[in-house]
Amino acid sequence: MNPYAKRLMWPVLILVALIVVNIAATGIDFIVPSVNDGRLGGAFVNILRRSAPLMLIALGMTLVIATKGIDLSVGAVYAIGAAIACQMIIGQEDQSAAGLIFSAVALALIVTAVIGAWNGTMVAYFGIQPIVATLILMIAGRGIAQLITGGQIPKVQDSSPFTQIGRGEILTIPVPIWIAALVFVAIALLTRKTALGLLLESVGGNPEASRLAGIRSKGITVLVYLVCGLCAGLAGLIGAANLGSADANNGGLWIELDAILAVVIGGTALLGGRFYLLGTVIGVVIIGTLDDTIINVGLSSQWQFTAKAIVVFAVALLQSSEFRGWILKPFKPKPEIAAPAPAEEVPAK
Amino acid sequence: MSDDPIVQMTGIRKDFTGVRALDGVDFTLRPGEIHAIMGENGAGKSTLIKVLTGVHTPDAGDILLDGKSVRFHSPGAAQSAGISTVYQEVNLTDNLSVAENLFAGREPRLGPFINFRAMRRKAKALLDDIGIDLNVAAPLSSYSIAMQQLVAIARAVDIESKVLILDEPTSSLDRDEVAVLLGVMRRLAEQGTAMVFISHFLEQVYDISDRMTVLRNGKLVGEWSTADLPENELIGHMLGREAVVLEQIERTAAAHQVEDETPLVSATGLGRKGSIAPYDLDVRRGEVVGLAGLLGSGRTETIRLIAGADRADSGSLAFDGAKVGGHNPRTASARGIAYCPENRKTEGLVGDLTVAENMILAMQASRGWARTIPVARRDKLVAEFIEKLDIRPANPDMPVKNLSGGNQQKVLLARWMLIEPKLLILDEPTRGIDVGAKADIQKLVAELSADGMAVLFVSAELDEVTRLSDRIAVLRDRELIAVLESEADMTTEKIVDTIVAKGGER
Repeated sequence: MNPYAKRLMWPVLILVALIVVNIAATGIDFIVPSVNDGRLGGAFVNILRRSAPLMLIALGMTLVIATKGIDLSVGAVYAIGAAIACQMIIGQEDQSAAGLIFSAVALALIVTAVIGAWNGTMVAYFGIQPIVATLILMIAGRGIAQLITGGQIPKVQDSSPFTQIGRGEILTIPVPIWIAALVFVAIALLTRKTALGLLLESVGGNPEASRLAGIRSKGITVLVYLVCGLCAGLAGLIGAANLGSADANNGGLWIELDAILAVVIGGTALLGGRFYLLGTVIGVVIIGTLDDTIINVGLSSQWQFTAKAIVVFAVALLQSSEFRGWILKPFKPKPEIAAPAPAEEVPAK
Repeated sequence: MSDDPIVQMTGIRKDFTGVRALDGVDFTLRPGEIHAIMGENGAGKSTLIKVLTGVHTPDAGDILLDGKSVRFHSPGAAQSAGISTVYQEVNLTDNLSVAENLFAGREPRLGPFINFRAMRRKAKALLDDIGIDLNVAAPLSSYSIAMQQLVAIARAVDIESKVLILDEPTSSLDRDEVAVLLGVMRRLAEQGTAMVFISHFLEQVYDISDRMTVLRNGKLVGEWSTADLPENELIGHMLGREAVVLEQIERTAAAHQVEDETPLVSATGLGRKGSIAPYDLDVRRGEVVGLAGLLGSGRTETIRLIAGADRADSGSLAFDGAKVGGHNPRTASARGIAYCPENRKTEGLVGDLTVAENMILAMQASRGWARTIPVARRDKLVAEFIEKLDIRPANPDMPVKNLSGGNQQKVLLARWMLIEPKLLILDEPTRGIDVGAKADIQKLVAELSADGMAVLFVSAELDEVTRLSDRIAVLRDRELIAVLESEADMTTEKIVDTIVAKGGER
């Protein structure tokens, strides 16, 4: 089995298991989409639709983590993106004007991309640890969102086409699913059809070797944080459009943790290096499916966090080669003892 | 002092995947003696120590401790048998007190509680014993690294060590601190503790040791009483005089026909504070310039300035007739300067990436991320170099970390040959790799220079340097002291003499 498929095996198995549990509890309707009034519906489609913002953020986070970094500010950037668009739209008489909605979306995306680039600059050029650099905006970002909305929750008229970003359909498929799918394809092409993916993995896998090989690691780092900020802003737009409002305090709250979780479930190590976009997608769907599963098997919603923890624990154990070795030991022929790598003396400098 | 050895190791052999790190090494340690183990990087000093302390299990050979055959399977087992080690980095807890550090894990008890008074009293007595005076209640971090080192030694001594191993204990100490440490070592020797001392400071070794065992390439060169082995002979033994049996490398005349041109590389007063004194060095096209010197003499530091890996703070560098400004690895690579660093794992390769990915890294970096190397071209180039350099296994999709050292080195070489550099800088390209790969790499260097490439070549092995180089720069104490040019001068003896003579001047 190629290493890529091997990495994806466990997350896929977990997802399949979750789906089977749901089908057992609620019938085959869980997975089969229904079409009502030209809209695609059904439990699983709803899960995908709801998961779209997390999907966007987790994809951006995957790239950041591949560089040995982390972006804690995505939840706050989500809130900023939502606040900018909503505030701009409610300021106008005609909330349905196409030009207004276009410029609101564009401004939100530009600002969130700049915020992402700022994070990247702090990490790449000022050498601040990613967790610290992005922690600053994780805290300050919500404050900025509050300043934008003036402490209110701006409500966009339901008639505004802006809400269609979160609620609408194109060709019967919900718009958020379209956006998430397009972003996935775009990022996959950007990283796998250009050399960006290779250079990212190189920078994350061994920064000093990459520097000596002549890679512009700083520029790449900034680019990756920029993409991550952009994804968070887009996620905020979907969230705000869906609700028709922007809540500076609660919009996208803790989404950074779910995103990191999805990345890890998907097989990308926090140590940087190799990354798995498809794994992240599966991780996001697992997290999204989990909430429904709890209700469907008849547990009360108070179980949500505990159940999530249990699944994460299971995935983490299954991905640990130590654990697998330990659990499979009785079934294996006596393994060869791997020789440790030759110890090289560190030259005194 | 009895003459029965306390430790006797015979015929120790240790293999790591593809590399024989120790090959039939004998080592004898007598009570009350300070015994230095000498050798260059990769000679096997560390491995020998690790075999003795139970970190590695030997593949062959016997270890006798006090006349009884032992084999340790963990460092803990060696420690309880009376073998303690003090490493270069202090392995103690900074924020605990001196006394707590001395007795951690074996605190004097009063019922279920720690008897702090007794602990402090015992700690005081213990430190008095080896002749140092510290406030034992103060946190360890309030003392200098040297004092912390001494506390580590005191702790080791108190755990009834018969044998104390000191691995580069002085490398972070200043002159006075070294004197204190050596004083304590003398005192312990008088009390009958046998010590193994590893240091690359020859001065200290001559100052303190009674006996020396010299290793080279995992083999025992010999054991001498310190008084019987003058410095120049020691250096000769460490660097090696006898040629390893390798294919005769034919140098073509082309390599020597380039005298009149402007040199490809011309360093004038190039230097960096604290790492290498300003030096002048030229490298011409088609020429191999070797750098020779002991460990820590500034070989790596010298070439890193030319490679752009470190920034020079004095002097200037001209490349291909033009002055080089804003030098860094990326601009260096764009100019055609390739640098294979000494430490393949930490500075050279990205272990998780495949052979193919590691190979194309420099080429791709120079093109930028947007201009991908077409898959067909990439596969062709990779296949070509795997065959040309005989990389095994010939699987471009294997993670490079699974390859042996020699093959990893070849992948690194291939990475730079792909960009067809004008100058190839090699830092210890043959260290820690098997003889076959070594010969391949030496042959390759000769071929490349015959084709007109300039090569800067660093090696701890003088044979290798003399065999491959057209000229040899000799370094000592972070200073370039001589450039040997004439055929007659380029012998291992002459290099050793140059190093020793310079030492004698001060």
